Amino acid sequence: MAEHILLRHRDIPGLDELDVYLKHGGFEGLRKAVTKMSAQQVIDEVKASGLRGRGGAGFPAGLKWSFLTPGVFPRYVVANADESEPGTFKDREILESNPYQFLEGLAICAYAAQVRTAYVYCRGEFWDLAQALEWRIDQLHQQGLLGEQLFGTKYALEIHVHLGAGAYICGEETALLDSLEGKLGQPRLRPPFPAAAGLYGKPTVINNVETLTNLPPVLTRGAAWYKTIGTEKSPGPKIFCLSGCVVRPGNYELPLGTTFRELVFDRGGGVPSGRRIKAILPAGASSTILAATDAVLDTPMDYESVAAIGSTLGSASVIVLDDSVDMTWAVLKTSRFFKHESCGKCTPCREGTYWMLHIAERLHAGRGSRQDVALLETVARQIQGKCLCALGEFSTMPVVSAVQNFRADFEQHAAGER
Amino acid sequence: MLAETYRSEIEAILAKYPPEHKRSAVMPLLYLAQRVYGHVPPQALDEIAALLDISSTQVGSLVGFYSLYYDRPGGKYRVQICTDLPCALRGAEAFARELCRRLGIELGGTTADGLITVEAVMCLAACDRAPMFQVQDAEGIHYHENQTVDSALALIEMLRQGVRRG
Repeated sequence: MAEHILLRHRDIPGLDELDVYLKHGGFEGLRKAVTKMSAQQVIDEVKASGLRGRGGAGFPAGLKWSFLTPGVFPRYVVANADESEPGTFKDREILESNPYQFLEGLAICAYAAQVRTAYVYCRGEFWDLAQALEWRIDQLHQQGLLGEQLFGTKYALEIHVHLGAGAYICGEETALLDSLEGKLGQPRLRPPFPAAAGLYGKPTVINNVETLTNLPPVLTRGAAWYKTIGTEKSPGPKIFCLSGCVVRPGNYELPLGTTFRELVFDRGGGVPSGRRIKAILPAGASSTILAATDAVLDTPMDYESVAAIGSTLGSASVIVLDDSVDMTWAVLKTSRFFKHESCGKCTPCREGTYWMLHIAERLHAGRGSRQDVALLETVARQIQGKCLCALGEFSTMPVVSAVQNFRADFEQHAAGER
Repeated sequence: MLAETYRSEIEAILAKYPPEHKRSAVMPLLYLAQRVYGHVPPQALDEIAALLDISSTQVGSLVGFYSLYYDRPGGKYRVQICTDLPCALRGAEAFARELCRRLGIELGGTTADGLITVEAVMCLAACDRAPMFQVQDAEGIHYHENQTVDSALALIEMLRQGVRRG
């Protein structure tokens, strides 16, 4: 893609400064929304664009907003800037280098949801970014782009930054809400969904940073233009995070539907040190570990195509494993992460992640047996479908797929052959 | 003590949230307490609880739940290395081991001068620039990316000199 739509700072130096952002059409999307469109028209335009949530679930953004319980106020919008999935570092680049486009997107979403107070839930480790964001929100107030009577209308909006304190689970939207309410970040039982009873029990929209950053161009350039990028069911640009065993790791903004092969080899320069690619995780530590066959590498990275090969696009964080990587080690790493991050609310996740780590450690250390390989899979299967949120489910994805796709790695360890 | 000395800062924090939901301020107030005391001592739990009309236990549970709050003192600077899967693929585990060896400590330990604690932590969203770590002190958190053991040691030396200069 010649032009960056989300990582626009790569084309325009200094875009993190408000005057530069304004010079390049900044806040024209919000101006158009607030002065020329009703909230419903904004929702309709976003629906028509086909924009799907970029946090992982891929749920259509406009549709999500339309579920807000009518007539109940105040409502809230919360931007999810809790980016914590291993392999994911896209929201951070937006917040760092194109922050005003994100803030404008958040304001557009707030207008569409008829919200007067929006929060940015920023992971605690993004301390410097959160400080910078607060300073930028001040700048917007000074320019009359936030606060009372926006663009001479009756619409008013405040944005506050709320800093998390180190908990992956708070990226899950209901855990995020509880955390923002000053409680432990643990997921809620649904229904009710946040659109009916979210923050402080009020109708709430939660969207990912990248999703919101799509909104200004959707409004200024229109849904029809937006749909010319990507595929029919997964329209628009997407930031793909490429990490692991690649020559050029980093963020790549490409149309949805670009193949894994193009990302890993053409953009990322392939695997270094004369090694061969062994496997990929398409969606960070939460995804299945797929053998890097030609069929997998030639799969288009859109929500439907990745689902069709038994995985998920998720947050599109592609981790590459080369042929030196032992899958018992990879599973040990992902299991350690999920065991640490399980919030403890649901027993299958809390206990299951503990035991998966325990067995993976045993196998990796060469102290396991063949029964342990089967036991690992059994424990994973018993977590599936039994937890309030997706974390438990996620923790099993790399485990079950690695055992199925790379059984030899596990059985070699079990037999003490390594 | 917090309530009197930091009144205006506390008011600014509370102003972010609806008055009837001031419990939302517990996380920023815990950061404030940690800045003032270096960690979150029992006394701070009581102070925050009193400010928000919740129990000290409710405040304390958050300290245990969230990884960036500490209920006991550590090194003045916490060097927190991400060793999750993507970083480990770029040598973060070997980096952590070697850094600790050069500092003469175990992972999770603190240097003899009490200034530097080195810990392994979960993903910090900087996978493409590993080895990397964050340095957390009472004032905040800063990232350091594309590191070598030598560059990390040089940074640690700078932190130590800053302390000596006072």
